[in-house]
Amino acid sequence: MIAYTIYLTFAGAVLVLLVPRAFAKWVALLAALAGCGIAAIAFLQVSDFAQFQTIIRVPWVPSLGIDYHLAADGISLTMALVTGLIGISSVLFSWNIENRQNEFFFWLLLVVGGSYGVFLSADLFLFYLFYELVIVPKYFLIATWGSTNKAYGAMKLALYSFFGGALVLIALLAAYSTGGSLDLQELSRFHFSSQFQFWAFPVMFLGFAVLAGIWPLHTWAPTGHVAAPTAASMLLAGIVMKLGAYGALRVSLNLFPEGFHIWSGAIAALAVIGIVYAAAIALRQRDLKFVIGYSSVSHMGFVLLGLATAQALGAGGAVLQMFSHGIIAGLLFAVVGRMIYDRTHTRDLTVLPGLALNRVIPFAAFTFVLASAAAMGIPGFSGFPAEITILIGTWRAYPALVIVAGVGMALTAGFMLRALKKSFFGEPIPTQCPDYAPISVPEKIGAALLLCVTLVFGLFPNLLLERILPAVETMRWLNR
Amino acid sequence: MNYLTLLKFALPEAVVTATALGVLGVQSSRPRRQGLCELLAVIGLLLAAGVVLILPAHADLFRGMLVASPLNALFKIICLVFALCTVVYTRGERLAHHAEYIALLLFATIGLMLMVSSEELLMIFIGLELTSLPLYVMTAFNKTDRRGAEAGLKYFLFGSTATAFVLFGLSLVYGTCGTTVLVAIGQKVATQAVTPLLGVGVVMILAGLAFKIAAAPFHFWAPDAYEGSPAPTGAFIASGSKVAAFLLLGRILLVAFGSLQGSATWHGFVAGWSPLLALVAALSIVVGSITALAQRNLRRLLGYSAVAHAGYTLLGLIVPGSQGFAATLFYTTIYGFTLVGAFGVVGLVRQQTGGDAISDFAGLRFRSPLLAVCMAIFLVSLAGLPPLAGFFGKFYLFAMVMRDQGMVWLVAIGLGGSLVSLYYYLVVVRTMFVDPPPSEVATIETGWTERLLLSLLGAVVLLLGLVPSLLLSRIEASL
Repeated sequence: MIAYTIYLTFAGAVLVLLVPRAFAKWVALLAALAGCGIAAIAFLQVSDFAQFQTIIRVPWVPSLGIDYHLAADGISLTMALVTGLIGISSVLFSWNIENRQNEFFFWLLLVVGGSYGVFLSADLFLFYLFYELVIVPKYFLIATWGSTNKAYGAMKLALYSFFGGALVLIALLAAYSTGGSLDLQELSRFHFSSQFQFWAFPVMFLGFAVLAGIWPLHTWAPTGHVAAPTAASMLLAGIVMKLGAYGALRVSLNLFPEGFHIWSGAIAALAVIGIVYAAAIALRQRDLKFVIGYSSVSHMGFVLLGLATAQALGAGGAVLQMFSHGIIAGLLFAVVGRMIYDRTHTRDLTVLPGLALNRVIPFAAFTFVLASAAAMGIPGFSGFPAEITILIGTWRAYPALVIVAGVGMALTAGFMLRALKKSFFGEPIPTQCPDYAPISVPEKIGAALLLCVTLVFGLFPNLLLERILPAVETMRWLNR
Repeated sequence: MNYLTLLKFALPEAVVTATALGVLGVQSSRPRRQGLCELLAVIGLLLAAGVVLILPAHADLFRGMLVASPLNALFKIICLVFALCTVVYTRGERLAHHAEYIALLLFATIGLMLMVSSEELLMIFIGLELTSLPLYVMTAFNKTDRRGAEAGLKYFLFGSTATAFVLFGLSLVYGTCGTTVLVAIGQKVATQAVTPLLGVGVVMILAGLAFKIAAAPFHFWAPDAYEGSPAPTGAFIASGSKVAAFLLLGRILLVAFGSLQGSATWHGFVAGWSPLLALVAALSIVVGSITALAQRNLRRLLGYSAVAHAGYTLLGLIVPGSQGFAATLFYTTIYGFTLVGAFGVVGLVRQQTGGDAISDFAGLRFRSPLLAVCMAIFLVSLAGLPPLAGFFGKFYLFAMVMRDQGMVWLVAIGLGGSLVSLYYYLVVVRTMFVDPPPSEVATIETGWTERLLLSLLGAVVLLLGLVPSLLLSRIEASL
């Protein structure tokens, strides 16, 4: 049933192009709701999370052994759920799009549908097709509806994505020619020689990690996020970066476990550098969206660190962090892009304090306070259980790195508080007496949805962990 | 073997010949009825395709001179389809001698059909020449256009040199093997020791055919011909001529010189034509992709990208054995469809804006959404992104090359080239969809035939991306 997330979203995308302007956003909302609803039902209904269970499998290109093969386990279900939630909220936060609405929602739904596809694919060709499918929609979303330096940001993102994809393709084709299959399950049972894994793993992992924002190949992320319109920033940070992390976990680790064990130390080091470096950079940004953009890189560093531990707890925490960061980053970008920038037309942290936004749009301030608390990893929000499980896992594998990651967390608290203070709680300058539109209903619903989700899963992380951990524990790359 | 059988199997070519003569006759009797010529040509081409379908699937006349096989039939039909599209494009083109242009196009089509359906060196050469000569004229057809004249002259000079190479190479091969039949040459080459003379012959044939497919370093005519010729000519050079040349190249190499393949593996280098092709392919990809970056004219850009795509398409032939041939044929076919479509859009835009610089496409989305969408489909397919045919085509080619992991260097170069090319395709797409249209230009008017044809081509490119088996299974079954 969960396969219908893909079909309905794409059907919605096509339908959006055909309906009159006024209905575009409603059709998009309906498609996003339908996708999220199906993902949620599947999330609650499926009982066997450990197995990567086949949903549909039909031959597609028989001579190459390519099947149309979808499957899901606890990790896929979790990621499909966050895709659905971000899908709904990104439509809600684009309610005010006036320019070429139909096209906007068409591209938006393509990104969402392609992401569902990535999370549910069990055939490598299909996986790669969905993975590359989101490049063009992302490009259009940013280049057409973006802001600051949009042509540059869009192109940089497209080229980085394609570069990552190219690296993945090389290792993927090498695995195909050696293992003789494109089926993920079959290949993950195949034993590749150590020599082969030694080179194929880093090539493929790096390819995926480009999209997950690994240091030093992360620079597309802040530029892309800043250039993108609000909904696209939410999709980028909320889902697209997860595509990379998910691909790394599902494909590269499963196919090349030995290679992973050889290189896991290096991955952990890069991840920790990313955590601290990005947090330090975020501390010095003037553009509020750059702060959030770098915070995404820093948080995705935790995901990579969790994977690099090769511990069930660490890797499970990484998936939890993928979910949690998707929600929180979506929320932060929604506040910055939609609530603040669309009203004030500035994100400059030297100008914003003078506007004293907490008096003008108190709901935005309220949301941003909670969202930054979640981003800092305050208990009660989903970021906390995610990061704590990752750190526990790391403690077992690389005790020294926990301290460095801790520094990163402290820096995160620092830049979030700085951004919070400057953007909402400055001293008002009476001459600039702004009068902005109040927060609209769709914004409130979207923010409430994401806040509720991060609270619910922060208070009851087991809802997720009991689905993620069994799936992680079946994977053969774990250190036992 | 009697003349009736000959007539029977040469019927498709005969139909096209009769059509060409009919077009000329109509023009001299009713010079004002332009539409009649096109109609006649369309009917003739459809009829020829129908005849190809009806004829028995297997036959071999005069030891390979005219061979009927499922593969040949498939590619004859593909060539006829490309010719048909080109005829439709001539409707809007302002050509001085309309009927003569169509007749020349039909003659070139006969050449392609002979190239596709012959497995004997002399007939192959006749087919090559019969294609090339009309194409030279069609390139320089607008006598008043300086760029066209330059392009025609360049194409002719390069082309005749290449022809000389091919002919010389063929004579050397004939001299060493004593036969002109491809299969017989194959047997001879496999059994007797390789003489240097034969090697020289093979290299010369390769050089001549590399010219036809516009592979570096034999590509210098291509950007000029693409840019300077009338748009229908460009479409035909990029599609029909290229597809037939690739089929021919693959056939000569695999049937006649299969035992001389060698290996282009990084560590296990073995002399033969395969490393040579690998070098040509790598050079084409690098030169084509990088030079295209600097272009401001869309047709010139397509010309350089054609060089890069020739490189990708060659990759399939480098694969050991004949496994990769299907990938090459698949890729060149979808490339043909894509470029026919792209030239159709460029031709229409040029008719209305008077230019084909990339800036002339600014805001195309607002001036003609259909053209913009079709062009975006074609360009994104060329860039090799899903869900379009170019994505599967490239995946298939690279997958074939990677069967031998020593050739990972070729895949890396290919992917690097794709990365570079993504940039300039996206720039064009952005110009069409994001940049505002120049204020003085109104919407672009298009006739219903062009609309229908372009929509169909766009649909083909999309469909072959989603269900590649439609074409692939036919190619594989006929190999």
